[in-house]
Formats: sequence, C-alpha cells, structure tokens
Amino acid sequence: MPFISNTLEQQDQMLAEIGLTKQDLFADIPAGLLCKDFKLPPGLSEQRVRDSLAELAEKNSTHLTCFLGGGFYDHFTPAAVNSIVSRSEFYTAYTPYQPELSQGTLQAIYEYQSAVCRLTEMEVANASLYDGGTALYEAMMMAHRITGRNKIIIDDSVNPIYRMMIHSHTRNLRLEFEESQCKDGLADRGQILERIDDKTSAVILQNPNFFGCIDDFSDIATAAHDKGALLIVSCYPISLGILKTPGAMGADIATGEGQSLGLPLSFGGPYLGLMAARKQYVRKMPGRIVGETTDASGQRAYVLTLQAREQHIRRDKATSNICSNEALCALTALVYLSLLGKEGLKETSQLCADKASYAYRRLTAIPGVQPHFRGRWFFNEFVLDLPCEAVDVIAKLIERGFAAGVPLSRYYSRMENSILISVTEKRTKHEIEMLAEALESVL
Amino acid sequence: MRLIFEKSMPGRRAVQTGPGDVPTMNIRSSLLREQAAELPELSELDVVRHFTELSRRNFGVDSNFYPLGSCTMKYNPKVAEHIASYPGFTQLHPLLPQLRMGEMLTQGVLRILYEIDLLLREITGMAGFTMQPLAGAHGELAGMMIMAAYHKDKGNKKTTVLIPDSAHGTNPASAAVAGYDVASIPSNEDGVMDIEAVRQHLNDEVAGLMLTCPNTLGLFNPHVKEICDLIHSVDGLAYYDGANLNAIVGKARPGDFGFDIVHLNLHKTFATPHGGGGPGAGPVGVREELVSYLPVSIVAKRSDGTYTLEYDHPKSIGYIAPFYGNFSVVLKAYVYILMLGKEGLRRVAENAVLNANYIRVKLQKYYDLPYSGLCKHECVFSASRQTEKGVHAIDIAKGLIDAGFHPPTVYFPTVVHEAMMIEPTETESKETLDAFIDAMIEIAKQAESEPQKLKSAPTTAPVCRPNETAAARNLNIAYLQRSRGENINT
Repeated sequence: MPFISNTLEQQDQMLAEIGLTKQDLFADIPAGLLCKDFKLPPGLSEQRVRDSLAELAEKNSTHLTCFLGGGFYDHFTPAAVNSIVSRSEFYTAYTPYQPELSQGTLQAIYEYQSAVCRLTEMEVANASLYDGGTALYEAMMMAHRITGRNKIIIDDSVNPIYRMMIHSHTRNLRLEFEESQCKDGLADRGQILERIDDKTSAVILQNPNFFGCIDDFSDIATAAHDKGALLIVSCYPISLGILKTPGAMGADIATGEGQSLGLPLSFGGPYLGLMAARKQYVRKMPGRIVGETTDASGQRAYVLTLQAREQHIRRDKATSNICSNEALCALTALVYLSLLGKEGLKETSQLCADKASYAYRRLTAIPGVQPHFRGRWFFNEFVLDLPCEAVDVIAKLIERGFAAGVPLSRYYSRMENSILISVTEKRTKHEIEMLAEALESVL
Repeated sequence: MRLIFEKSMPGRRAVQTGPGDVPTMNIRSSLLREQAAELPELSELDVVRHFTELSRRNFGVDSNFYPLGSCTMKYNPKVAEHIASYPGFTQLHPLLPQLRMGEMLTQGVLRILYEIDLLLREITGMAGFTMQPLAGAHGELAGMMIMAAYHKDKGNKKTTVLIPDSAHGTNPASAAVAGYDVASIPSNEDGVMDIEAVRQHLNDEVAGLMLTCPNTLGLFNPHVKEICDLIHSVDGLAYYDGANLNAIVGKARPGDFGFDIVHLNLHKTFATPHGGGGPGAGPVGVREELVSYLPVSIVAKRSDGTYTLEYDHPKSIGYIAPFYGNFSVVLKAYVYILMLGKEGLRRVAENAVLNANYIRVKLQKYYDLPYSGLCKHECVFSASRQTEKGVHAIDIAKGLIDAGFHPPTVYFPTVVHEAMMIEPTETESKETLDAFIDAMIEIAKQAESEPQKLKSAPTTAPVCRPNETAAARNLNIAYLQRSRGENINT
C-alpha cells in the first residue's frame, strides 16, 4: 500500500502527455547501478500491520510502577495536550519558511520561547534542540565560541549520559575537559573554584544534580564571571515550578530535557532540548529562533529571525549544524505549561518534592537501607544504599511489579549498592507503601 | 492574534493537580525561586480554543499540496500515528532494558529496532545501521564522526571534506562541527559535481566526500561511482546524504554506487510527519569495515531469538543520543516500510520521478529551466524571466499562497539564480498537479500583465508579508511583560 493517488491509467496518461516512457524515467542512472532485486518482504494491509504491531506492543511491559528517573520521568499529562498536538495542521507542516502560512507554528514557538524564559528566568531562548544532552553539548560549544577558550569544567554530578554524549560529540575537537568530583552530593566549591582560570570557557553543572540533590550555584557563577568564564546549568523544568532558577543564580546558558513537560517516555524519544541564555549571547545561540514583527498592514506577525547564524546561510561558518529542531515537542511543552498554568506547575513541582520526601522517609525506615548523602535537600530523586548489590534488588523488584530505580554502579565506581529512586506527582502514597513492602520483602 | 499570556486571567485553572496524599515538604527557602513562573492562567477551554485558532493559521500536507523542494512533503499515513500511540510504546522508560530482568520486558521495541535495521540495510546496501541520530543533520554529524574515527584508527592525517557547491548547508556545517575543513567543489555545466574538479582537489589530506545523489537540482550524477572510486583511491570515505533518497528508493542503492556511510531522513523518504520542523530521525548506515564504529548501544539478536543491547564495542564513537534515537519516529517509519513492501517502495520512486517530470515539462514553456534534461524527484526552475518584469521568486511563492498552495523552496540551491525548487512527491494526484500547474501558468501571465498584484501577495493568508528586517533589527523573541506592563525577568 504505497499511498499513491494516481491510477495506472493516469500514470500512463501523464507519461504520454510529457512524451516519456516508464523506462525513460530512470534512464539517467547507469544500468549497472540499478538494483535488480531487493530482498524485501511484500507490502501488508493496514489490518495486518496493526495486528502485528499490537502484538509487539504487548511484548513490552507497561504494568510496572515507575520509580525510574535519571533525567527521564513518568509525569502525568492532561488529555488535552495530546488532543491539541494531534491537529494535523501542526504535525504535517514543516519548518516555517513561509511565514504567511505558518503563523500557527511561529506564534507557538514564540510563546514557547517566552515560556522557557519565564520558567528559567533567562532573557532569551531558542526554538528547541533535539534533547537535553545535545542541548548541553550545544551550550558547551556556544560558550567555546563566546569566550574563544578551550577548557571546560564539568562536574561528575551532571547526568553521566550527557557527559558521555558531550565526550563523543567533541572527540575530534581541541577541547580540554576537566571533571570535578562532587562532595557529599554537592558541587565541591574548593575543587571547582581552584580549577577556574583564564583558559576556562565554561563550568557545567546540573540542578537538581543527577543524584537529585539541590544546590544554589550563585557563588560559582560569580567566580566563573570573575575569570571571564561562563556558567552553564542543566535543569529539570518541572523542578523550576519551585526551585531557584538558573537565571536567578546568574547562569549564562541554561539547558534542560523537556520530556517532563507533557511528552511521553516513548522508549527514549522524541524528546526536547531546552536552551535559554543571557541576551548578549543571542547571536551565538544555535538553532531556530522566532521573532515578533509586523506585516505590511501593521498587524503582529512572527518570523524565523537571526538566520544569518544558521547553516543554510553560513554553511561551514554556522553556529551549529542543526537544521530542524523538535517543533512539535516544543508545542507539546507549551500546551502542557499553558494547561498547568502558574499555580498548576508550582503545585506539581511541590507534589514531586512531597512524595519523594515521603518515599525517602518510608524507605530509609527499612532496616539496612541508608541514605547515601545525609542531610541534603533533594527534589524528587534520592540515592539509597542497600545492604546488597542494587542490580540484584532491582531485578527482584521488577518481578514484583516495580521499576524501582537506577543502579548507580552503571555510572559510578564504589556505588554497587546504591540505587537512584525517583518519585513524581503521579505516584500515590499507596504505591510508595507497596514499593516499601516489596523492598522489605526482597532484602 | 493575542498571545496566550495576554489571555491570562488571575485565578483561572485548567488542571486540578493531585492527589496530595502525603505531608508537604518545606525545602529551605534559599533554594527556592522567589516568585512563581509567570505562566498563563486559563481554563482548558481557553487553551483548546487558543491552539485551535493557531492551527487554523497553519498549513500542512493535510491542508493542500506542499511541494517544498528537498523536504519530501509526502502524505503521512494515519495508521502510523495510530500505532505509535499504543501504550506499549509510549509508556516505556528507556532505561528499562538496561536493568536486569528489564530486557525481557522490552522485547517488542528491541525487535522493532533490530528489524528496521535489517530493512534499511537492504534498502541502502549497507551492512549495519544506528537509529540514534535525532535528525538528518545529526546523522551527518554522526557520519563525520565515524569518518574521523576510521582515519584516526588507521593513523591517517586527514583534514578536508569535499562537498559540492549545490549541497544543503547542513553538509559543510556538519563537517566543520566534526572538526574538518571544507572544500567546495563546483558543479559542471550539466549541474552535477564536476569529476575533473574532484580530481584537482584530490590529495592525501582528503578525509572524504559528502554527496547528495540525486542532488538538490534533482539530477543524478552519472559519474557517481567513479567519484566514489576516486575518493577511495586516497583512502577517503564517501558519505551519502540521503535527503533525496525518495528519488531512487526501491530502484537503486547508495551502497552499490560505492558509498561507505549513508544517512536517511525518515521524515522524508519514510513518511513520518515533519512536525512543523521536527522531530525527525536520521539513522546512519555503514559498510562492513565501519560497523565497529557505530554508536552504542547496538541491538543484537541472541541465538535463542531474544534481543539484547550491546555496549562493549571498543571502537564505537560513543553516545550520539541518550538512548535509541527518536524511537516513536523510527516506529512510524517501520510501519510505513512494512505496509509498502518491496513493490510499494519501487512505486514510490517511480511516481515521485514521474510527478516531478510532469511538472518540469508542463511548466518549462513558462519558466526558465537552467538544467533542462530529465530530473529525478524534484525540478528547479529559475524566475529570471519574470525578474525582468520585476517579479522575483519570492513574489511567485507568495502568489501561490493566494492560489491555495504551499510555495516551493525558493532561492535554493544557490547555483540557480532566483531558484524555485519543486518536489511534488509520489502521493499527489494528477488533478492536484494540474491545478498547481494552472496556478503557476496563471502567475507567469500575471507577471507579464499585472506584476504589481504579485508584489502585494499574499492577500488571503492570516498575515501579509512580515517585515523580516525589522524582526532582526528590533529583536523581540520572548514576551516578558506582565499584564501590568512591567518586565518579568529584570
């Protein structure tokens, strides 16, 4: 079923009208380069495909109660979000090159940029990047362009997946990375401040960090600025419902994974890379940017702007190679934030903290279960030390219906017994009780 | 139209949160934000109406013909959207298969990733794919990183990537971001990469070549195999930009042309929706010798028929995406390939090429066609004849809006003066093409008789031509006013 509209008769008629035969159409490809036989299966009907994909969908578990986080979270999404973003005027359009026909997409991106600025308390934002990891990589490259310096300090409490992505993406560039080790769950000031020098392009931190601990990086921002370096903060947008913002801390660039803003987990994507910055850096920012202007009749209109930064104009001198972004995901985040609104986001954020705190108290009351970092403020994620290897405990809990958390031995040495547990507003007190009982039973 | 922030009414709510079934946690106030984020306060109805109104100010493939050259705006089958919404796909946490016992609970998705890899190998003639690149340009970057890893491994000192002057801007940008210098190769009088120019640029510092074939003029380079051979003669690698694969899918394979690395745009050739500018997906395929460089994780099949994720590939370029790519986009492409099958894919290319040539021949009397021979999936006209009357490509584009069509890509490729790049795709009917052709002919006549009318088009769209210069000069990219008028973030 190739979704071709023209009948065979129409195809013949068209060929006749333009004086070509079917063979002529590919006569420009040397015969030796045409493939005689593709070993591909025959096409299937819609019914067959739906049946077989439904079967594959059922081979994946959706019955587990999710306490897995690590930067990717199981939040609640109002039904209206999907209803709106399923409008095909949005999802079957492309990059708004023709503004007169794309005011819907353009205004939505402008509103999204505004929402990201409001959320992060930064001055400018772009139209989105692929995901939180590539956004952090792009922020690092942006800082390198702004400062002309090569040294980057990145804390080991930044999501290890993002750190691996940054290293992979920059392997062939002359950049120098220094990794600082966090101390008792927080960025180690002594270590970081000592490393910042006049070769430093940026300090990269995350709040809440990968372990869920909350910090205020204002002092590090000041120290970085004193040496002409930038502060980049990767953040978790839901937490910004209540937590101190990158803008208030003095960050120069803020990034984040926007999946928590109404996007399903979808086995890893599509997600949404947030990026916001201070105004003076807007011309060094990667990606699409939408600006407000007026049309010939004086009414408000929106267009892609500052395109001279981009690859289709600047080619190898562009600020990034990025072309399309994640426009539909940005729209999703905007709709989500509009539905939750000022109070709803604050409440959701507070509920995450409340439930995580409750789970923390309940789980650390289990004999043999200890908090890994004592006396730390955390948002919706925390690290517990178990009396045995976390991978084993997690496997046993999966059998009891819980995706209980991330085993940290995967990313950190000497953390074999540590588990990172995340609790969103979607989890109920009852589910937390059940997890505690299950954990007790497997220890 | 008012912004969503301007519609805010203090105290209004769309969502009731909760249940708040546990005690409140009071985090130390110095760690908290001082004021709540100024998000709009609206009812669900307000939000739904706002976005419904915005959607009416948009134009998609479902609205009407969208012949945006180089973007392959074909119809996006609804069945793919339907399947992608199954909870067994949407609700799956990406870390689950990385947990012991979790792998067995994700066998369905792992199998899809494994099988689309096999299908794409056969379609392109490559030996292995990664689904991780999150867009076409991201695939290009991943491909350049694989190229660099190959040369590093062999101890080659390579600095330069050859790219034709008609290439998409992402090609030189991706090569540069990966750390390479770019040498721009001119097109010859036939509009394709000049093999003599390739020869002249060839030396031991050439890391490789990036080529789109057919190129952005819709022309197939008959010397493509010789060009790949030349690149190989200096131990360079040939990279195939799959942006235009729709022209040859099911008919010919880049692997058979001699390419070593290929990226595909699933949102073009394989019919996943463009989303107003993403999310896309840009899987990368490589030849046998390069498989060990592909990013991790790799989905593998065990002898017992189960699927697993492999990470222990020491030569791998590492992590390109946090997980397995834009899974839901990959899934839609998988559905599309299953539905089309071998015959269907072949008919895609045949009809895409037929539709493009139909437009080319029918319009060549009315518009200049700098490269007049057979084209593949798209044809590029020049508005130079109309420019003499003061009517530019942009005016023709705006005239098409008033005729109910999305305009073609204009002013690209830059090798054509006043370019208009038309890609009809295979899904459009003769009736639609005829209506478009009539509109283009009408506009050509108007350019002669009343050029002023085209200069003031469009008049039927939600807005007339926006002032783009003013947008860049008086930069306003975020609305940061409260209803009272003061600025939020300062």
